[in-house]
Amino acid sequence: MIRFHGVSKRYDTGQEALSRVDFHIERGEMVFLTGHSGAGKSTLMKLIMLMERPTSGQVIVGGRNTERIRGNGIAHYRRDIGVVFQNHQLLFDRSVFDNVALPLQVAGFQTADIGRRVRAALDKVGLLHKEKLKPITLSGGEQQRVGIARAVVNKPALVLADEPTGNLDPDLSAEIMTLFRQFNELGMTLMIATHDIELTQRMNKRVMSLEHGRVLAGGNPS
Amino acid sequence: MTRAARANQRSHSRPQGAVQSKTHWRDRLAAWQAHHSTCAIESLLRLLRTPLQSLLTWLVVAIATALPATLFVALDNVRSLGYQWQDSSQISVFLKRDAAADAVGQWQRQLGNHTGVAEVTLINPEQALEEFRQHSGLGDVLDDLEENPLPAVLLVQPTLSASQGEPLQALLQQLQANPLTDDARLDMLWVQRLEQLIELASRIVFFLALLLVLGLLLVIGNTIRLTIESRREEILVVKLVGGTDAYVRRPFLYTGLWYGLGGGLAALLLLATGLHWLSDPVASLASLYQSDFRLRGLDIISSAQLVLLAGLVGLAGAWLAVGRHLSAIKPR
Repeated sequence: MIRFHGVSKRYDTGQEALSRVDFHIERGEMVFLTGHSGAGKSTLMKLIMLMERPTSGQVIVGGRNTERIRGNGIAHYRRDIGVVFQNHQLLFDRSVFDNVALPLQVAGFQTADIGRRVRAALDKVGLLHKEKLKPITLSGGEQQRVGIARAVVNKPALVLADEPTGNLDPDLSAEIMTLFRQFNELGMTLMIATHDIELTQRMNKRVMSLEHGRVLAGGNPS
Repeated sequence: MTRAARANQRSHSRPQGAVQSKTHWRDRLAAWQAHHSTCAIESLLRLLRTPLQSLLTWLVVAIATALPATLFVALDNVRSLGYQWQDSSQISVFLKRDAAADAVGQWQRQLGNHTGVAEVTLINPEQALEEFRQHSGLGDVLDDLEENPLPAVLLVQPTLSASQGEPLQALLQQLQANPLTDDARLDMLWVQRLEQLIELASRIVFFLALLLVLGLLLVIGNTIRLTIESRREEILVVKLVGGTDAYVRRPFLYTGLWYGLGGGLAALLLLATGLHWLSDPVASLASLYQSDFRLRGLDIISSAQLVLLAGLVGLAGAWLAVGRHLSAIKPR
């Protein structure tokens, strides 16, 4: 699903965020990405999202060399990847429903179809009864669940989550992780960046650790 | 092979995996149309939700549109006035004050039979004084005059064939040569000068309009830039969930279009108000010159063109801003 070949990323500031990173994640895997802040977790995810481009090396996602994806291709490529952010990036001027519907609207789904899929996604994260509310009225955990619903509403093959439990207490974090595990069981590939070591140990999934822009362990499927 | 089948085949031949086409092209077309109408309506509603700010922008657009439009209408009116005069190419023959009424009457009859003359009207000093009294507002002053200072005038209207060039000059000379004539004047000369002035003025108006259009582009561009800034978050999220540039651009282009169209409509309103305000004084001024001239506004087609043009300028301004600023907003 995701394959990095000797990927380095040096920012304009001269800081080398990733140096010669190789790893492989298979379709249907659920992988935790750990490391201190500044280890290169975010950069790695940005490279997969094409928010950044590698200085050298190849990023291959879903069998496609991302180097060749340009222009509008980037938009179409992103429709098949769901993203969950630490600060969930919800739009506070619209309802929960409209937030979750956004990826479908962007991809050109029909209104009736959108309603069905959004409700299915909201149902999965247990927020179906709050679809008409504005996100600002929800608790932190609920907001993050809306963010997750938005990430999976399009049934993407791949979901990236950048510190999805960063701001949540342990109980809520466990709840979110259970959700992720359920999506994984449905066949989605998940990559979750976190520095919550305890949590990753409990989940009993592959852990890939980064340090100073290099893969320390867990770069290949066991 | 039908188009649908071809599209199907194309989508099947695309690499499988993370990238797959999940929507049929027909659905996507419908969604594209739906997004256009949604954008159009939502961007208008968004403008109406901040009425004061939108009103100010509309006013700026309206004033910048109404200014050259007003000048254009004014020129158009002056020009039509000129044409009226040119068509008539009337010669005013001011008669000597000691000209005998009999002789004048005889000459008038003679001129009436002249092959180059269509019509002759005599305005005697009393008539002239009466008209002057009615329209000048100087009635009291006139009462103090011991004698009527106005001469009798023969208004000579040449026939169509004699209303231009050589025959007209010949007629004019003939009229000037008559012993009863104090002075004979052709209004044409006036009209020609007026034409040249109008030509000059219309170029100035065009230049001014160009400057104002440029100003409008900047004003709308800047307004759209601010809108883009205020919706930065939303743009980032939309880009991250796979919104194409066109998708992100669309609402802002519609906003620009609405600014332009709304401003254009307001400009028409300003123009109509101004014309209405001026129409009465103009009409009485015209009657002072024995003309039934009335101010002409813009007709339906010109009005539509004005609004459309303003709309296009709005769209272009938005396009400029969007082109410059949207690409700068990238997910980080």
